[in-house]
Amino acid sequence: MATDKIVKLIIDDTDYQTTLTKKYLQRKKYSAPDPDLISAYIPGTIIELYVKAGDRVKKGDLMFILEAMKMKNNVHAHRDGTLEAVYIQRGVQVAKNQQLLRFKKSD
Amino acid sequence: MYRGWTQRTGLQYPTSFDSLQILATFVSYLFLVRKLVAFIDKILDFFKRSEKATPKKDSKAVLKQIAMGKMYARDRIIYLLDENSFQETDLFVEHTGTDFGLDKKYLPADGVITGTGMINGYPVAIFAQDFTVAGGSLGLMHARKITKIMDIAIKNGMPLIGINDSGGARIQEGVNSLAGYGEIFYRNTLASGVVPQISVILGPCAGGAVYSPALTDFVFVVDKISKMFITGPEVIKTVLGEEISMEDLGGARVQTEITGNAHFFAESEIECFNQIQQLFTYIPRNNSIKAVTLHPHPPKQEFDVEKIIPSEPSKPYDIRDIIKGIFDNSEFLEIQANWAANIVIGFARLNGETVGIVGNQPMVLAGVLDVDSSDKAARFIRYCDAFNIPLVTLVDLPGYLPGIDQEHSGVIRHGAKLLYSYSEASVPKLTVILRKAYGGGYIAMCSRHLGADFVFAWPTAEIAVMGPEGASNIIFKAEIAAAENPEAMRKEKVKEYTEKFANPFVAARNGHIDGVIHPAETRKSLIHSLKVCANKQEQRPFRKHGVPPF
Repeated sequence: MATDKIVKLIIDDTDYQTTLTKKYLQRKKYSAPDPDLISAYIPGTIIELYVKAGDRVKKGDLMFILEAMKMKNNVHAHRDGTLEAVYIQRGVQVAKNQQLLRFKKSD
Repeated sequence: MYRGWTQRTGLQYPTSFDSLQILATFVSYLFLVRKLVAFIDKILDFFKRSEKATPKKDSKAVLKQIAMGKMYARDRIIYLLDENSFQETDLFVEHTGTDFGLDKKYLPADGVITGTGMINGYPVAIFAQDFTVAGGSLGLMHARKITKIMDIAIKNGMPLIGINDSGGARIQEGVNSLAGYGEIFYRNTLASGVVPQISVILGPCAGGAVYSPALTDFVFVVDKISKMFITGPEVIKTVLGEEISMEDLGGARVQTEITGNAHFFAESEIECFNQIQQLFTYIPRNNSIKAVTLHPHPPKQEFDVEKIIPSEPSKPYDIRDIIKGIFDNSEFLEIQANWAANIVIGFARLNGETVGIVGNQPMVLAGVLDVDSSDKAARFIRYCDAFNIPLVTLVDLPGYLPGIDQEHSGVIRHGAKLLYSYSEASVPKLTVILRKAYGGGYIAMCSRHLGADFVFAWPTAEIAVMGPEGASNIIFKAEIAAAENPEAMRKEKVKEYTEKFANPFVAARNGHIDGVIHPAETRKSLIHSLKVCANKQEQRPFRKHGVPPF
């Protein structure tokens, strides 16, 4: 469904006068991925937590288990590094995209 | 020789009245009366069974359906079809479920009414799920009734209309119910491109059930009545913790504005049925015959194509006004009007003959191609090609929509669908370039290079690799940067480029278009071209089927 307002839309350096669609206006804005942040890709419960802030982990170490949709998801470290912060405890429920752990910026 | 009543019944008229004969005759009559009584009994039994299979209109379940603001399944069929034309099949089919107490339950007509009838005087096959019977739930025999009517439609080359109003799978029937869905999907696929398939969503249509409509050609929805989704609000809440109403998740507006799953939106069921009847005036009954040709009418005076387009290429106008200025009686049946409105698709008539129209809409998003508009047009082109409907393409676009969201949504593969379906289509393909035709957009919009039969351009057309601003900024980058007054230099270079390239004559000189025409001649040129292409034949290399980018 198009909106009623005529606005400018720039394509190849030319300003076109046109209306926009609701879908275009509601499009997901892009944000660059943060390689140091681990967030929940699915909502669920942290049923096991093996790390705490300050721990050094090696790539592949099991950090926690997130149970979601009756599946236990083992979450492993994606690189070697030190954990700057752990935002979760064992047993808590997490929402989708909730921040879970943060790695120290790699040197 | 005429075999009279006496011979058929085996009785003889008495010739004399001796008592024995009278007795014998009396006994024979008794037998006849018994035969008659037995026959009447059977008729009464038939009535009783029919009545049992057809719930009364004042039954609790039917009244409940009406209280929900919905029509009763049988009334829907009767309203949609020509008067007195419905002939029912499989009224006495019963379910075969034995578990969970289903064996003790009688479900009239097994929750779906099937049969054949006429629309605008031509035969159609139809089924309507009956929500008043076990929530219209689909069991194996319910599905088999549907697949039978589908087979009849395919075999006899007539359109299939499915009215969906069902709570989903009949869980008591377990995997048998899933088998039923699968058998329907299989036939939807086999029938695709053979007979038109119409889905009408007049109630819930959830879970696996949505895939039958998704496989059909045109999906009709009604405000506040239609609901389509794979997983409902309940599941979404449990799993994701996100709350949403059924209406906002998969209501009629969502399906016609956001998802593009549905093609026609109506405020009421009656309006919806009228839309279906109207669609049937344009499309042929199957893929081996042409749509009915009507008496041609010129477009109405008020739509003057010469006055609609602004001279400035960046100013918008409504492409539908151009369509009304070219085609018969200024009538246009738009499809998916509210989704991806930057491209307009639909049916109209040219000299009485049905044509499919694809046109960029400068009024919305400047008429760009993007993920949704490519998808929308590509499917429509394939529909037209499958059912021998010639295509007319009206071009005025600046190119593709730039954006991270577009790239990450796969505008490459979605955009490719448009190229594929235009190139693949072997029906007559006519193109008119009204104004801008830049870059990849020019190629995609049924250019001669993709097999268009005739491409015309108005004198206002600009056929170029990109708009003058963008092109000048690239080609003359060094000169503009080195100039004392870069802005003045840029303006000069834009002017230079515009004069040289922003016209149809560069393309015409190279034979990429077939003619430059006066806008007022458009209808005449299209009618002539359509006549010329009437016996178009095109040989393609043998293949089982192509592998389109979907």
